[in-house]
Amino acid sequence: MPGAILVDSEAIAVRNITKRYGTLNAVNNISFAVRQGEFFGFLGPNGAGKTTTVRMLTGIIEADDGVALIKGSRAGSLKAKQMAGVVPETANAYIDFSGWDNLMLMAELYGVASGKAKERSQALLESLGLIERKDSLVKTYSKGMRQRLILGMALVSDPEVLFLDEPTSGLDVQSARLIKDLLRSLNAAGKTIFLTTHDMDEANQLCDRVAIINKGQIVAIDAPEKLRTATRGRNSVEVSFRSGVNSESLAKLAGVKELEKVGDKYRLYTDNPSELVATLVDYSRAAGLKIVTLNMLAPSLEDAFVALTDKEARHA
Amino acid sequence: MPELSMAWQQFRRALVIASKDIRIYYFKGPVVTFGVLFPIFLFLSFAIGRHLTIDFMIPGLLGMILFFTATAISPVVMPWEAQARTLERLMSCPIKPQTIVMGDIIASFAFGAAISVVPIIIGLVLGITISNPMIFVSAIILATVCFAALGITFSIPPSNLPATINMIASVVRFPVVFISGIFIPLNELPVWGQWIAYISPLTYFTDIARDSIQGQGYLSPIIDFAALIGFTVVFLVVAMYMHRKTMPARI
Repeated sequence: MPGAILVDSEAIAVRNITKRYGTLNAVNNISFAVRQGEFFGFLGPNGAGKTTTVRMLTGIIEADDGVALIKGSRAGSLKAKQMAGVVPETANAYIDFSGWDNLMLMAELYGVASGKAKERSQALLESLGLIERKDSLVKTYSKGMRQRLILGMALVSDPEVLFLDEPTSGLDVQSARLIKDLLRSLNAAGKTIFLTTHDMDEANQLCDRVAIINKGQIVAIDAPEKLRTATRGRNSVEVSFRSGVNSESLAKLAGVKELEKVGDKYRLYTDNPSELVATLVDYSRAAGLKIVTLNMLAPSLEDAFVALTDKEARHA
Repeated sequence: MPELSMAWQQFRRALVIASKDIRIYYFKGPVVTFGVLFPIFLFLSFAIGRHLTIDFMIPGLLGMILFFTATAISPVVMPWEAQARTLERLMSCPIKPQTIVMGDIIASFAFGAAISVVPIIIGLVLGITISNPMIFVSAIILATVCFAALGITFSIPPSNLPATINMIASVVRFPVVFISGIFIPLNELPVWGQWIAYISPLTYFTDIARDSIQGQGYLSPIIDFAALIGFTVVFLVVAMYMHRKTMPARI
């Protein structure tokens, strides 16, 4: 399996890795590379192979075929693991330990010198907003606090590459935002970050590039903006009114191809958004309605994602 | 010597795992109950009403306590960790699967060895003498490693239900206690009974303990030690090799 050529600027190099479970190819012959210092997103629907891929990269399971290198060392080797910080998908800290003890445990398992470990833990707990609860047992932490602690546990060894599997999934807004801000500043400080998520907004806000995986195969890999703009059509105008409106009459406006009610707003799909805006303004004036918001929407990353994964589904 | 420094580093990390195990798992109430009180009661139910000498009883009691304590927790640590979702985090650390197994064995060893002091003190208070303390202590250490490693092999099947693993453990543990010369010494067993006794590592420890305390073993201490070493090596190799295979199936 050598043959894998490592380019110096690559923090993660994946060549043709495959993982089979019985007859199912959970991950089917995928290849990609993540550059040094890059914030890389790994998107896909549930069961697409995201977690299987992260587990192969972090050495929790072995690939059946292919090779993955972390900074030149084979994924799963002690050397590769030593350079990586990991936030597994469903991980937990030791609930019978305090937050502080969990950090110390990780530091010892990564061989971090005690003085350095204490210094880093102190700083991490402060930036994670956990310093006041550092001596409480993790049992008493909320879900958001636990997830922040787990991120701290991944960072206590000051890893060069960070793997995060759905780190903000199911979290309260504050915790999710804190984690995202921290990831951004880590990336700005030069850390390579590999993030799996099914949250398109998150990927869009954070990632330099994203790969979209579906049914164990990569269907697209590019910058979020490029993926977005490459998705054809589906322009829309989103409008909300102060008072109730007859949705049928909205749907009948010229140029509206499809109407969707989104919360208290209406999304009108059209081929010509600017014309539709004018139509809407005229309509509201004539009907005596007051417009609260009016936005033109280009295809989102989510649209790109749906288009790409749907196409795959149809082919299959 | 990169291999040597790597081995040393992994050993130190195994100690970290062991200390974590002891702090989290070994101070639970049921642990002490099952590991210590249970064998004492089992033994008392056998000994009470029969006119047995202290010299005969203490080696048996010691063997049983050592065997039960060293195998009490080690089988369920792995399923507990998998259920608590801490195993995956551990597996992503720069440690080998064997290091995790070794850590669990060390914790189990420390617990068994510490608890073995209880029956020894009881014995000394009641007036036993230990003829060769060096041999006696070495046997305790070796046997505890052996039983701790045996305990870990019970959790090789990748079930994350502690009850399932405990059932497997009990199926092995109880018969072993009855065939190991604890209740009936080796020399009083029929030949077929002796042959069954020889497949149990506990037999050899009990024999050394009888040699040290009663002044008479049935087998030569050299055979006892050789057998214990043999069992230990087999259990260690099986535990390390098989857990490496089955650990990914737990997550």
